Amino acid sequence: MNINLVGEAEKTTSKAVLSNVYAIKLKDFHGLTPKMLVKQGAEVKAGEALFYNKNVVDMLFVSPVSGELIEIERGARRRIVTLKILADKEQQTLEHSKLNVESATSQDIKAHLLKGGCWPFIKQRPYDIIADPDTNPKAIFVSGYVTAPLAADLDYVLDGKEAELQAAVSALGKLTAGKVHVSVGKSGHSPLAGLNGIELHNVSGPHPAGLVGTQINKIDPINKGELVWTVTPQDLVIIGEYILTGKFNAERTIALVGSSVKAPKYYKTKIGTEVSTFLYGSGVHSENIRVINGDVLTGVKSSPAGYLGYYNNTVTAIPEGDDYEFFGWNKPIFNKISNTRALTFSWMMPKKKFDLTTNTNGEHRAFVLTGQYEQVFPLDIYPMQLLKACMVKDLDEMEQLGLYEVAPEDFSLTEFICVSKQPHQQIIREGLDLLQQEIG
Amino acid sequence: MHELKMKYQGKKMAPAFNAIHTFLFVPNETTHNGTHVKSADDLKRTMNTVIMALVPVLLFSMFNAGYQHFSAVNGFPGNFSVMEHFLTWDNFWIGIIKVLPLVAISYGIGLLVEFIFAVIKGHEVEEGYLVTGMLVPLIVPIDTPLWMLAVAVVFGVVIGKEVFGGTGMNILNPALTIRAFLFFAYPTWMSGDKVWVYEARERSEQILAGATDVDAISGETILGYLAQNKGAAMEAAYSNWDMFWGFIPGSVGETSAFLILLGGLFLVFSKIASWRIMISAVIGSLVMGLIFNQVVEMGWIGETSKFYGLMSFDFWKHLIVGGLAFGIVYMATDPVTGAQTNRGKWIYGFLIGFISVMIRVFNPAYPEGVFLAILLMNVFAPTIDHYVIRGNIKRRMKRLKNATILPKDTDGKAKELQAETV
Repeated sequence: MNINLVGEAEKTTSKAVLSNVYAIKLKDFHGLTPKMLVKQGAEVKAGEALFYNKNVVDMLFVSPVSGELIEIERGARRRIVTLKILADKEQQTLEHSKLNVESATSQDIKAHLLKGGCWPFIKQRPYDIIADPDTNPKAIFVSGYVTAPLAADLDYVLDGKEAELQAAVSALGKLTAGKVHVSVGKSGHSPLAGLNGIELHNVSGPHPAGLVGTQINKIDPINKGELVWTVTPQDLVIIGEYILTGKFNAERTIALVGSSVKAPKYYKTKIGTEVSTFLYGSGVHSENIRVINGDVLTGVKSSPAGYLGYYNNTVTAIPEGDDYEFFGWNKPIFNKISNTRALTFSWMMPKKKFDLTTNTNGEHRAFVLTGQYEQVFPLDIYPMQLLKACMVKDLDEMEQLGLYEVAPEDFSLTEFICVSKQPHQQIIREGLDLLQQEIG
Repeated sequence: MHELKMKYQGKKMAPAFNAIHTFLFVPNETTHNGTHVKSADDLKRTMNTVIMALVPVLLFSMFNAGYQHFSAVNGFPGNFSVMEHFLTWDNFWIGIIKVLPLVAISYGIGLLVEFIFAVIKGHEVEEGYLVTGMLVPLIVPIDTPLWMLAVAVVFGVVIGKEVFGGTGMNILNPALTIRAFLFFAYPTWMSGDKVWVYEARERSEQILAGATDVDAISGETILGYLAQNKGAAMEAAYSNWDMFWGFIPGSVGETSAFLILLGGLFLVFSKIASWRIMISAVIGSLVMGLIFNQVVEMGWIGETSKFYGLMSFDFWKHLIVGGLAFGIVYMATDPVTGAQTNRGKWIYGFLIGFISVMIRVFNPAYPEGVFLAILLMNVFAPTIDHYVIRGNIKRRMKRLKNATILPKDTDGKAKELQAETV
């Protein structure tokens, strides 16, 4: 089921205004316990390490820009929430040696990526967390096919980055005993399609065909004990550039989209930049908007004063829906999306683009309807039963019903259509955390 | 309203107030994290769609209440015309004084129980009863006393639903629990030929008491005729078209197979109810009916057998008499109490149709089986789902045998370390 929304990005790229302050949000790295390497007030170069992973000492997290670490924002129990860096006028980048992928061993590549700060871009399933460098995945998946609503068009963003992509893919290929599976849209012209050393898959169909979880399930599903790594193509570019030049370049082309944006288009900017630097460049229709790091289904709530997330290449702005609607539950609805036909008429207009708000359109309820999720959930898994197993914390059921294979984002569409307005992604996240904690 | 909501926020009566508030307005609640947009449907809309599918049936039943009454008193009109004999104010008036009170009691008592539970347990009032409250008056005989209905509704909502935790948690369909309670608690009242037509019982009681100025009227249902092996008399009284359009005696809303068919098509089209359950239930009942027809044809039972009437009844006619169609369309498709997996739905529906007709034929006391069959299958639905899901799990286990589990780089080191420390 595709969700057609107003506010698709026009295919022109502008350079965003340079941000004064850049921020790294620790929430982007799920389950990570950071240990600081530099003190507040320290000067860092771009690509210089800020902190490391307490459990994997080699795993460094680097600064996207050079400047002064002005603030370490802490939350409950002194947990680090955000690191803010005031950028220098003159940018300096820490240079590492270049890596010759051809002659490098997998150990060399791992060490190189770890010290350069590129490792956090590699995620693993099960659990949907940053991969453990000590492990060997059975395969690596890259999805170059985008179906999420309004998400940045990868064919456009990656254009001209073939060299970086090739370098990154070749390096990743040495890290797995299996294959590097790369998917591209059937009708697109993705630069990913021309790469060597990959297993290419042509994918077509509506959302969630573009989600990497769907592709894993269809190509090579994960079993208990198995490991799969996933990397997004925009992060492959950063990895590739690092391998080729030895420099960590946090630059990224992002799509600013959504119905609240006056001129939705692409911006060239850096990880951690202030959202306002490009949001107001395009203009917004109202002040009462929701700014989202990512797409409307899986993104994280942010604000115009917030910062671009570590993994995001899309920023969405849509109207807030904190309003009442008189008898909204029984009158015919023409302006919202629905997968039923219960006096909702979106099925008559498959091409129409909708302007949705953040209103939940109803209150939270227990699971009632059945058979609805299966219509938008292509994985060979019983979605409602798995969700219920997570809610009651039944570890055996969770394992048997296939929790190893999924990430929260796989449940974004079922959450969208849920008439009971249950928070599916949160339920799955909590289930994964529990499973990792208990079984590991 | 918004200010009132804020004022009562966190107080004990908040759920009761919120129920009224959200009835009028879609709440101003916005998403937090997870999906930031949500589809237009909520549970209220879903339930409302089912109610809309029930409205034609309710209207028809109000006319039919009067039509059956006057026909029983005066005899069936010779040259029947819908406008002249059916859609009349006299008929509708009987409907108003007999059917509407059933609806009012069902909703009034049921929602009162819901509100009380919501306030006690501090959750929101759930929409499930909107449908149940509409179903209940349509599946009881017209002459059901209101106090009986009230007692049954309290029992059904409390035992059938609230003790399990409310809508979405119940095992048995609450509307059918209410119907079953009526049937088992007041069996003499609920069966026989006197409850299906307005005033039939009253008059027979007056006659027993010695009154001579009233004529006895009876409104035997079609199944009742058949159970007593009076197939010929039944056929003389009602044509197949009568059965299909619904001009026959029976529970309030179950008679018109035509309108139920329309309602069912609407529910399938709007994707609210499961077409799998409906179709497989129809198939199930046809199969069972055919088997019985064959039994008669083979001559295994004679015309004197007490099952002869129902067994020889043409298999497809089971669908247009009694409550089978109504049960299949509106009750078997209840998503909470039915099977939840798509494959399970096929099995579940088939067995409902199959067992309905079986009970119908073999039940000596009361020739109707659909509500018992659905309740029975409600109980078995989780078992059906369990085996369907086992299938999925087995497939996953099979895959696991070929899993490529690669060792960690540090596995060797860990063993060395262990060896040293030991």
